[in-house]
Amino acid sequence: MDFINFYFLPGIVLGSIYALGAIGVSLVFGILRFANFSHGELMLIGAYITYSLLHFTGLHPLAVLPIAMIFTGVVALGIDHVFYRPFRTSKATIVIVASFGVALMARSAVQIIWGVDPVSYSPGQIQKPIVLFDSLRIFSKHIWIVSCAIVLMLTIHVILTYTKTGKAMRAMSDSTELARLTGIETEKIVRATWLLGAALAASAGVFLAWDTHLHTMMGFYMLLPMFAAAILGGIGQPYGAMVGGLVIGLAEELSSYPWIGGEPLLPPAYKGGVAFAVMVMMLIWRPSGLFRGRVF
Amino acid sequence: MPVLELNNVSGGYGEVDILHGVSLQIARGELVVVIGPNGAGKSTAMKAVFGLLRLSGGTINLDGEDITGMEPAQVVRKGVCYVPQTNNVFPTLSVEENLEMGAYIREDDFRPRLQEIYQIFPPLREKRKQKVGFLSGGQRQMVAMGKALMLEPRILLLDEPTAGLSPIYRNQIFDIVKEINDSGIPILMVEQNAKQSLAVADRGYVLVDGQNRTDGKGLDLLNDPEIAEMFLGG
Repeated sequence: MDFINFYFLPGIVLGSIYALGAIGVSLVFGILRFANFSHGELMLIGAYITYSLLHFTGLHPLAVLPIAMIFTGVVALGIDHVFYRPFRTSKATIVIVASFGVALMARSAVQIIWGVDPVSYSPGQIQKPIVLFDSLRIFSKHIWIVSCAIVLMLTIHVILTYTKTGKAMRAMSDSTELARLTGIETEKIVRATWLLGAALAASAGVFLAWDTHLHTMMGFYMLLPMFAAAILGGIGQPYGAMVGGLVIGLAEELSSYPWIGGEPLLPPAYKGGVAFAVMVMMLIWRPSGLFRGRVF
Repeated sequence: MPVLELNNVSGGYGEVDILHGVSLQIARGELVVVIGPNGAGKSTAMKAVFGLLRLSGGTINLDGEDITGMEPAQVVRKGVCYVPQTNNVFPTLSVEENLEMGAYIREDDFRPRLQEIYQIFPPLREKRKQKVGFLSGGQRQMVAMGKALMLEPRILLLDEPTAGLSPIYRNQIFDIVKEINDSGIPILMVEQNAKQSLAVADRGYVLVDGQNRTDGKGLDLLNDPEIAEMFLGG
């Protein structure tokens, strides 16, 4: 039961959070064609906005989450307008460097506004898990996080499959040039992509902060696992990113389970290296990812 | 008044001009074909209409309206539909989704038109849920043309619709092009298969080195000994 309680369930929770972030990485990559190194900072902004909203309203994190998602979306639109739009026809490498600069600026802005000390959504409170069948211990917030992640992913699925804008996003991911020849307003689709990607990033940031605590480096630390998840799933493939997120989350948590003997297979401090290892292996053996994404 | 008119159009990509004064006219209901050796600027002339080229001279008129230098998105909204030679479908979208994207700028209900497209291209109805990336070259070309027709365009531009197709599909595409034209849509088509395309065309233009070489009725060009020697293999 320890395996389920302390490794498998946390892996699912972490995996859901990675998946939400990785979908945005994948969408932006597919439609704007650059690796967005500031995606983690969108999570950070969403998490800290929620912190302030909780402070002012005293509501539950989930109650203010929609506001944080919208706010982060608007921030992403502003960033796009100022920093990425001028580079729309530039090479991807130039935009990637720009996104790195945006990440530094966004993180510093958060540090200036909210300070650099770690904070918590519910300081001093210790949550007791729900115990099922005498041995299965589940935290209610984990149930919430995973269910909300599932709902958000289903929403993305519905948007991409059934709405005109979602179909146009997939079309533009196939070919920007043909999308333009078809009369699709590519700038409108770009805005929709940022709104969706940023809203999901905000939710991932809030879930992570709710599960643990907030610190201003959390966005940066999330970057590697999110990219690993996106690449594992096939970059540019939002569905691949969902699966990739879950796999990376589980792999990180399960890597410290005592599979052989009584010692953890890998010391928990090396968890982050697991995502990196998976990413490197994927890039060597199957760079197009599980779901056949884009390869350059 | 011609539906589409290129007057003395020059231009190219970057610094280099590929077109040096090309003039084309397509009248209402006409099927006009542009032939010429490789590098003559046939496809480039078509891209000029669609705002994909740096123009250095000349004008382009659509029903008397000057559309010179308009952005592709605006040209589509004017009712000009263009099927590029390659990269002309969205491979990860289904057949039906591709056709829906063709109707992207339509505000009204496009479903009746969808049924009409399926009537012109019956294989597409069968495969409407399939991803276009998995279809054969000929069927992909049908999707590309069907997608362009979703708008009921004022004029249809086809860039080498039979390139790389097997003879069976080639004949089928020429039949369909003729059928679309007979339904009243003017067509400007660039083709490598000069013989077959001149046989179905009302008129043809021969471009060489980015300039008009000659033009005339399809059958006249087909029987012209000089043209025959140049392109039709004697």
